Amino acid sequence: MEGVISLGVGEPDFATPWHIREAAIHSLEKGYTMYTSNSGLLELRQELVRYLRAAYHLDYDPYGELLITNGVSEGLDLAMRAILDPGDEVILPDPCYVSYPPCVLFAGGVPVPVPTNPENYFKLDASDIEARITHQTKAILIGYPANPTGAVMSREELAQIADVARQHNLLVVSDEIYSRLVYDTWHTCFASLPEMKERTILLGGFSKAYAMTGWRIGYAAANAEIIAAMTKIHQYTALCSPIMGQMAAIEALNSGEEEVERMVKEYDQRRRVIVNGLNEIGLACFEPKGAFYAFPSISITGLSSEEFAERLLLEERVAAVPGSAFGQCGEGHVRCCYATSLSDIEEALRRMGRFVERHK
Amino acid sequence: MKEIFEILEKDARTTPEQISTMTGTPLAEVKKAIKKAEKEGTIVKYKAMINWQRLGEEQVQALIEVRVQPQREVGFDALAERIYRFPQVRSAYLVSGTYDLAVLVVGKTMQEVAAFVAQKLAPLEGVQGTVTHFLLKRYKEDGEILEGKEEVGRLPLTL
Repeated sequence: MEGVISLGVGEPDFATPWHIREAAIHSLEKGYTMYTSNSGLLELRQELVRYLRAAYHLDYDPYGELLITNGVSEGLDLAMRAILDPGDEVILPDPCYVSYPPCVLFAGGVPVPVPTNPENYFKLDASDIEARITHQTKAILIGYPANPTGAVMSREELAQIADVARQHNLLVVSDEIYSRLVYDTWHTCFASLPEMKERTILLGGFSKAYAMTGWRIGYAAANAEIIAAMTKIHQYTALCSPIMGQMAAIEALNSGEEEVERMVKEYDQRRRVIVNGLNEIGLACFEPKGAFYAFPSISITGLSSEEFAERLLLEERVAAVPGSAFGQCGEGHVRCCYATSLSDIEEALRRMGRFVERHK
Repeated sequence: MKEIFEILEKDARTTPEQISTMTGTPLAEVKKAIKKAEKEGTIVKYKAMINWQRLGEEQVQALIEVRVQPQREVGFDALAERIYRFPQVRSAYLVSGTYDLAVLVVGKTMQEVAAFVAQKLAPLEGVQGTVTHFLLKRYKEDGEILEGKEEVGRLPLTL
């Protein structure tokens, strides 16, 4: 189909910053083409330890509490397989990233969704979690800033979830891939909450902040016992993450800050334009404080989110993702990614405006 | 405020309304800031950046190193002014290193540029010597890559 503007992507529209690509090219020229240790390059783990200490005052041991993974995607899978016994329940928000429930299921677990809603900015309420805890509950799986909603949870709100985890002796798997993409607010690392480091599996990566989606480099940080179990699975299924990606990630951590800030600033400008525009055309949208997604309600049209997305594509050539893809509570919404040029966002808004006029 | 100018520097055609939305600054404030900057010369000019190479237009540019004798009281400035007032001079900078002024000169032909250097620039009192570098190819200018910009080929839909 010609002339489609896609708000359906889940990745930056920037190419990886040149200095990072250049460092990877240099490492290839020098012949870094081998396996790395199963845990990942020690230098990268040490850089990550430094980063986590500087950003969150967290102290991880690079020799036993960190594992380099093929993106958070693999990290999530490893985490679930490492901690779940058949029948164990994992509490997670609805809507959430598409991989969460399947990864729980693959590991023999049972996903237990907790409804969230736009009135509460799609934040997860600690009491709603508590209401779903059974003797089978093993972990809480969260991901803030959130895909698909752009929701961010404050330190205080996360602390309430931490209280529940402590009281009921639960693990928390925290997907923080969007940690660097927050606007007018701060990201709280779940592991940095009091007593949470021991019971948190922190998953992070380079894809979103450094525009490095195709490199497939992420990491997991947790207590030594869990990391050992995850490393064992990683060793047998992936062996290690690609060395060129790891070399690139070292460069990103060493001198990528300026580029991250430049990209975040641009996303922030686009965020204001899309949120403002969606509200103006009648698609009520709360202000997302993180990631690069707006998650407007389409209730004004009376269409299901799948119908909306399909017709919008056919009639106006704008691609957006139906909210139902992210769980039952995503119904009635569509996910619009604003990691695309301003001119495309503005044109997409014009087309969506016409579409809404016709269907309301 | 700084953000307003960053946006305009990237695209001078961004409207005050767009800037207001992008930055979350009230429209009246954006307009006021722009007006003030225009008046004070913070915003020097709005213009288009043309890649003349694409139009097949012959245009010769030369980067000229100029060594000068600084003058009492005015230093390099007086002589620099005598040079940069020529319309053929596109840019002029005082630099550190083995020469003093870096001057970018534009002309229609190599002869025209050479003549300018030989007849106007080099004979100026205080100019001790010049070295002329003709530009052969322009890759990047003012932060913009002129040819072969990369397209980011993303899949249309990813979750």
